Amino acid sequence: MKPSSLLAPVLALAPASAMAGSISIDLPRLPVAEYHRPYVAIWIEGAGIQPRTVAVWYDADHRGDPGTKWLSDLRGWWRVAGRNIGTPPSGISGATRAPGHHTIPLPADLKPGAYTLKVEAARETGGRELVSVPFTLPRTGGKGAGNGAGGEIGAVAVTLP
Amino acid sequence: MANFIMFKSLALLVGASALALPMTASAHRQWLLPVATTYSGEDPWASVDAAVSNDLFFPDHFPIQLAQIKVTAPDGTAGAIEHGITARHRSTFDVHLTQPGTWKIGTEGFNVMGSFKVDGVEKRVGRRPGPPPGAMGPGGAPAGTPGGAPGRAPVESVALDAIPANAADLKLTEAISRNEIFVTRGAPTTALFKPSGKGLEFDPLTHPDDLVANEPGKFRFLIDGQPAKGLKLTVIPGGKRYRDAEGGYDVTTDANGVATVKWTGAGMYWMTISATDNKPTTPRATERRMTYTATVEVMAP
Repeated sequence: MKPSSLLAPVLALAPASAMAGSISIDLPRLPVAEYHRPYVAIWIEGAGIQPRTVAVWYDADHRGDPGTKWLSDLRGWWRVAGRNIGTPPSGISGATRAPGHHTIPLPADLKPGAYTLKVEAARETGGRELVSVPFTLPRTGGKGAGNGAGGEIGAVAVTLP
Repeated sequence: MANFIMFKSLALLVGASALALPMTASAHRQWLLPVATTYSGEDPWASVDAAVSNDLFFPDHFPIQLAQIKVTAPDGTAGAIEHGITARHRSTFDVHLTQPGTWKIGTEGFNVMGSFKVDGVEKRVGRRPGPPPGAMGPGGAPAGTPGGAPGRAPVESVALDAIPANAADLKLTEAISRNEIFVTRGAPTTALFKPSGKGLEFDPLTHPDDLVANEPGKFRFLIDGQPAKGLKLTVIPGGKRYRDAEGGYDVTTDANGVATVKWTGAGMYWMTISATDNKPTTPRATERRMTYTATVEVMAP
């Protein structure tokens, strides 16, 4: 068992910034002999909208090879969004990220409604994991919603504007 | 040499056995097994095994011959197999997915089999199964030749167009079979599923490269373009070697010809469906047997 899987779900309520919402994701540091940074897809699903990809972190230059070959390992994202995108455009793609805390903006143009943030990670020689965080706009009461998971993904939080 | 003869005669057997034999737990099954059905990236290759065996997908009997494999690209043009080898128990090949979309890879069979009598002597038409492989033994002769299985009188087999005018008791059956897999680069496409309106056809409502363990797959079957209701689709998950029971099950098509298949988990599944009617296209044939077989991949949610 990986130590990180012992972590209880964490409700992470990041301090709300003045206006913009944000998404924060912890990638756990894993005590494994062969570690590769995970591929990560972050997208938003909601009634009446196409699944919307917010970010894809992957190895676009894998020793000169486009790492797109492995994007389908993010099988949840690939099915609902990735396969329709093909090579992720520069607006949403980025390099793989190191273990630690990462924050990206929540799209500012989401209309009022109920949504689910999805974060999926797949790691070479490692596992695959999907975390879902429901949230509603405009926010009611609390400042955000959070969820945590085990092996490949740590705490995930949505901070609402 | 003996092995060569055995291979050759069994290659013929393969063409007929799935059609001629009743579906039993021990029936030899022809299967194609892609390593994966869903591909991303700029230059994907699909790798496939093809074999005949009892257990799915455990190659321990005979390979499917590479010459039988046909590849169709998403735009309907013919594709090619590459890096093909035929080993003792299976064939293996790659398909370079040079176009985005859904590719079809498979085999097609069209045989006319039957019998008639001339002056009271029975003769056969087309391919018929001979004795089982073990009956031939090393150096054994193929079925139907002198020195074949003991106790069995050799029956002459003639070509369809060589049936004499004075043939009596003519019984001819047309046997049509297809065995397919589908692999997709990028987004799935459906152009290859457009029904031709002829014979037994697979008309999936759920794309076969879009199957997930917690969602039923819905597949319509058509015969001559009409819903094939009340047919039995047999569904068998791979990996029987690691279970006590095969775990296969039957799903009956509804009034619209639709089989709604629930999966027992993620993995590769082999599905087969057959129908028999009296609408052959071959002159003088009275029966038409149609079989459709596919291997599909069901992903974990």
